[in-house]
Amino acid sequence: MHRFANPTRFLRLVDRVEPWAWGIAIVAITLGIGWGLVIAPQDYQQGDTVRIMYVHVPSAWMALAIYSGMAIASAVGLIWRHAVADLAAKASAPIGAGFTLVNLVTGSLWGKPMWGTWWAWDARLTSMLILFFLYLGYIALWQAIEDEAKAARAAAILALVGVVNVPIIKFSVDWWNTLHQPASVVTMEGPKIHPDLLWPLLLMGVGFMALYLGLLAMRIRAELLERRVRLRRLAERGD
Amino acid sequence: MNRFLALVRRDLALGLRQNGTMVATLTFFVLAVALFPLGVGPEPATLARIAPGVVWVAALLAATVSLDRLFQADYEDGSLELLLLEPLPLELAVLAKCLAHWLLTGLPLTLISPLLGVLMQLHPDGLAVLTLAMAAGTPALSLIGAIGAALTVGVRRGGVLLSLLVLPLMIPVLIFGVAAVDAATQGLGARPHLLLLGGLSVGALALSPLAAAAGLRLAVE
Repeated sequence: MHRFANPTRFLRLVDRVEPWAWGIAIVAITLGIGWGLVIAPQDYQQGDTVRIMYVHVPSAWMALAIYSGMAIASAVGLIWRHAVADLAAKASAPIGAGFTLVNLVTGSLWGKPMWGTWWAWDARLTSMLILFFLYLGYIALWQAIEDEAKAARAAAILALVGVVNVPIIKFSVDWWNTLHQPASVVTMEGPKIHPDLLWPLLLMGVGFMALYLGLLAMRIRAELLERRVRLRRLAERGD
Repeated sequence: MNRFLALVRRDLALGLRQNGTMVATLTFFVLAVALFPLGVGPEPATLARIAPGVVWVAALLAATVSLDRLFQADYEDGSLELLLLEPLPLELAVLAKCLAHWLLTGLPLTLISPLLGVLMQLHPDGLAVLTLAMAAGTPALSLIGAIGAALTVGVRRGGVLLSLLVLPLMIPVLIFGVAAVDAATQGLGARPHLLLLGGLSVGALALSPLAAAAGLRLAVE
């Protein structure tokens, strides 16, 4: 882990990972969208609206996974003063907020024909909305503190405090009997969803994960280069 | 323990003498609740339905508004640095300040809440539970708020940022606080909700001094 605390070395890793991430993302999302929207069968109750699931569910996975990843990176950054981990957490936040927004919007589009309402204040929806606000608060705290090292650590503390919300979101549909359906992919008895619908869903999950890694690589590179530019400017002015 | 109590006493004295942080917070609380009958209309049935939610939301806002001075004044006059040098662990110092904050805001809010319940036409069965729920839940507000206050302590115009950071974390308190009162007015038991509220406060009591102290160390560094 400490090997990659060196930005140059980390940048080399990013350069190597990025083309793979983009390649997998493009292939998996293209195939997954095609499979999910055209080939996969309709649901016997939901008809074609079930296809919203192929975007909705993977974006929910990513929203939670990215926040958990941010919390882990924040812990690493706090404990070992690992600058690159801080940067990874910072660069993840807007992507995670984006996935959360996609999840909320697609859920709302699905809710109108299925539940008859754009929005319901049930446990899963509310806790997802809270997650969105947590992302926004995290981003705002980064922007509010000028000293970057301080901002990194303050934001890391906030990310770790907010992580209590992640299990609440995950299990909200099991703890409270609410409108949103309970978990159907990862359960103790195995997936409760027909393989014809499950495979394109998993493919989209892989695609979204790769998309996240590709975007993350871009953002981290931009951050590191921006930092380098700033240092060079300072050095020139010093001469 | 003496140092802990001394710190509580100091914050209480400061809060009471800087005439009116407490009065202002309470006035804000009452005013925020009083806006709802004006905005929603005075039908007793409507008011009774929304009463627990309105009182709780106003309590959340009042607690948040009063929080941005929790560490800011100490940061500005340098006494925060002295607190760091104290033999008393910073986590306990945070706890002392939270206790003082609760005594100055949470406790008066709790005591005045049945009055506001009456004002909002709340069913008489709900009044006692509302007070109990406020007593069980407001410590969590002070404690969770302390994290946000510590993280925004050096930030210029941190007030808005503080609300943005802290309000999402306070939502569970709001949910169970309102659920307790609703259960009581509908003749169901409020006990589970009150226990959950107490649990939230106890959990916050254990965890938030750690996070807030980490935030304060960062600000002073």
